[in-house]
Amino acid sequence: MQNAEEILDGTFLEVRAKLLEVAATLDRIERAQGDSGDFNHQSTQRRKKLDQAVEILLSSGNDRAERLQKLFSREYEDAWRDDFGI
Amino acid sequence: MDYIDPHIHMVSRTTDDYATLARMGCVAMSEPAFWAGFDRGSVDGFRDYFHQLTDVEPKRAAQYGIQHFTWLCINAKEAENVSLSRDVIAMIPEFIDRPNVLGIGEIGLNKNTKNEATVFLEHLDLAVKYQQQILIHTPHLEDKYQGTRMILDMLCGDQRIDPTRVLVDHVEEHTISEVLDRGFWAGMTLYPVTKCTPERAADMIEQVGGERLLVNSAGDWGPSKPTAVPDLIFEMRRRGHSESLIRKVVYDNPIAFFAQSQNFSFKPRT
Repeated sequence: MQNAEEILDGTFLEVRAKLLEVAATLDRIERAQGDSGDFNHQSTQRRKKLDQAVEILLSSGNDRAERLQKLFSREYEDAWRDDFGI
Repeated sequence: MDYIDPHIHMVSRTTDDYATLARMGCVAMSEPAFWAGFDRGSVDGFRDYFHQLTDVEPKRAAQYGIQHFTWLCINAKEAENVSLSRDVIAMIPEFIDRPNVLGIGEIGLNKNTKNEATVFLEHLDLAVKYQQQILIHTPHLEDKYQGTRMILDMLCGDQRIDPTRVLVDHVEEHTISEVLDRGFWAGMTLYPVTKCTPERAADMIEQVGGERLLVNSAGDWGPSKPTAVPDLIFEMRRRGHSESLIRKVVYDNPIAFFAQSQNFSFKPRT
């Protein structure tokens, strides 16, 4: 099995490239926003989600992927069967 | 390494794909009934589809030494039409004794609606009545977490359902533990963009181990890669995992799960 150093060295360029894609996409959005003005409600919420996702990436722990998944998920209500009447 | 793809939609793939899969080591596959990319208008449309799954595809696969098994249902997307769904559920017993049928699937939720849940519960009744195994589809993207929890509520709320005979597919980082902790089998789907990559699947195997865990390509008519399971094999080897662990996930586990169906007449390569 690989140790942490080997994983980091082996994936560094790939992760660097993915981060650059994210950075360039956010730049592209900001440039276009400058031309077209404010977001509608849905786009505002989506843009906030991306900021929250970046905050998760900056946090510590070994469950970032799970927390990102939950960030991008609808909430679960345990009374759903009552709501549906089934 | 010989492997089994437990979830692939070969009606949507070319014969060249069968040849490629055989060359990559695929010795068996199971094909759940799914959405064809359009809503079918009648029960006869499903009757023809089930004929294709139980007669045409096994012959096509056999030409390349691949054993083909299948699952029957009306999928969650078309389940929004409850009337048609009930007609299809009533027709499924015509095919349930065909030699390659492993059970009822892929049933589940799509947008987590009342109609989808109603049809899901009626599929459970059918599976119980005919003592069939069950293969579950969990929703996509933002609907997955909520839908998976709802599906688990319905399964666990039915005392007749044996979790060891149910495979919950398309699990990801936020759903895998709950599925396994409740005693079900879990399937990871290697599907570009909307589901899981080989790298993330390998991460999950490292975190939860290989027990009751399967991996599939869900190759279909959309952007998908039918040879995704060998990609996982390659990734696990690259990380230094043992051949026994890799084999467990891509070969032994599918056999152990499918063997609970009386129609699973798999013959290993000698």
